[in-house]
Amino acid sequence: MGMTMMEKILARKAGVEKVSAGDTVVCDVDMTVMIDLQFATSWVQPLKINDPDKVAVIMDHAVPAPNVHDAIGGTHARAFARDFHIEKFYDVGRHGICHQVIAENGLARPGEILACTDSHTCAGGAYNTAARGLGPAEVYSILCTGKTWFQAAPTIRYEFTGTKPDAVSGKDIFLYIGGTYGDATNHNLEYGGPGLASIPMNDRRTIATQGAEISADFSTFPIDDLARDFLAAHGAAPDSYTAADPDPDATYAAVRTVDLSSLEPYVARPGTVSHNSLPISAIEKRPVNQCFIGSCANGQLEDLKIAADIVRGRKVAPGVRLLITPASQEVYKDAMRAGYLQDLADAGAVVTNSTCGACFGYHMGLLAPGEVCLTSSTRNFTGRMGSPDAEIYMASPATVAASALAGHVTDPRGELS
Amino acid sequence: MDTLITGHVWVVGDSVTTDAMYPAFAMKLPVPEAARHIFYELRPGWTDQVQAGDIVVAGRNFGLGSSRPVAALFLELGIAALIAEEFNSLFLRNCINHGLPALTVPGATKAFTDGDTARLDFAEGWAENTRSGTRLDGGALPPLVLDILANGGILPKLAREGYVPAPAAARGH
Repeated sequence: MGMTMMEKILARKAGVEKVSAGDTVVCDVDMTVMIDLQFATSWVQPLKINDPDKVAVIMDHAVPAPNVHDAIGGTHARAFARDFHIEKFYDVGRHGICHQVIAENGLARPGEILACTDSHTCAGGAYNTAARGLGPAEVYSILCTGKTWFQAAPTIRYEFTGTKPDAVSGKDIFLYIGGTYGDATNHNLEYGGPGLASIPMNDRRTIATQGAEISADFSTFPIDDLARDFLAAHGAAPDSYTAADPDPDATYAAVRTVDLSSLEPYVARPGTVSHNSLPISAIEKRPVNQCFIGSCANGQLEDLKIAADIVRGRKVAPGVRLLITPASQEVYKDAMRAGYLQDLADAGAVVTNSTCGACFGYHMGLLAPGEVCLTSSTRNFTGRMGSPDAEIYMASPATVAASALAGHVTDPRGELS
Repeated sequence: MDTLITGHVWVVGDSVTTDAMYPAFAMKLPVPEAARHIFYELRPGWTDQVQAGDIVVAGRNFGLGSSRPVAALFLELGIAALIAEEFNSLFLRNCINHGLPALTVPGATKAFTDGDTARLDFAEGWAENTRSGTRLDGGALPPLVLDILANGGILPKLAREGYVPAPAAARGH
């Protein structure tokens, strides 16, 4: 029997011919990405590292430093980057959410392995990368040794057919999958099929990113013309990598077909997305206090454009806070040049510095008890964005922007047409 | 390495998230203080009741969420092992890498109630309720993982291999 995308990458990087679900392998890691949090908590500078060219340091979760604890972490990160000659150092000013910075700089490459101390690292799967969020101790170990181990999980394949409607985004596709099929704990997700061509790269990254929410190990996409062009524009020329395509006779735990043309916008209710997301037509018109567009899932330039197009010339409803957080400093600058930030601010939104921000619930945009938030970020866990007595609904940037104008959760399709 | 562990159990449910164990506000605190907030909303006051050597038993999808090092907080409280019907794999790796044994045992939340005593062997892959006599088979940990646990986690292992200063490795816990 053949191999899935993930099995191929693991086999290649372990130097073995064949990997099947259940096998434990030790693999070379091509890129190790370290983030600010790692330097702020229990940081010890290593005595030696494996290869500085295979390391990136990205300031993302709590920048600029909101407290002394994180400020000290910043000094550790700068000392580490300086002492070990880390060229891929994205300090405040070049910063952004690591998965966005990884995408902008072609650090997640087809057929390779990328490790990072953030659970949404599976975002890199949009580029056919075996990208994996790992704990700080393990990332530290990879930094030192260049290797780690994986136990290959069974793979669930999503086969896309039909054409994605314009008003449906990657977030909606993911919420449909999570709402319909539930958790994929200890499984890999593999996406593909003839409908894939209608899903742009930003939406693929949203889908790959959100694999963490259904507890998946890896989530990967194949490389097609769209992906090749994106990668070439971000520093990864087509002749510089070998993508991993699944074999026709690969073994899957399940193959599920998603007819994109039949989808509508989706909303996850508070707590989890697993069996907890509904089509917008089935969601009550819950009044909202805060609307948030940002995070590694949906703070991309395309997301800000959608939001700006919806709110342009309008006003956010009284009593609603609309927070906009570009995913990186590059996105911030591009959105500023394109006028999106002006449109959003004119409508009454607060545009913040690029950072994990309100999604992380640590240093800005927190919720009070009893408040309701509609977010386009990654996670709707209880207590995620502040008080555990707040409610977090999750939806696409279009749904969030339209709802900010309406003052309650609403279908964005009227605003998009 | 002695792979047999015995301790009083605390039982929690399904899909307990890392945010429920290591909330964002606790990430600003030193580990000993952060550890006081495990299950802060799920079981308020739990960290005052728990004793060194206790074992946490959880349901399905235990540890859904972030890569924040929850295992370091459990170790701070003296938790000796985790049993779950199913672990989120990132969370499981985090436990192993901190030297905290974690064993997958289907049916565990039905077989145990708060205050029972569990005996488990994470190399052989079983857990037993000493009160009821119920013994459940789980997944034994692979040799590579047992080696990390035998080293006390990944940082002490790196220290022995000369990658990090030895006292710092101890502090990493």
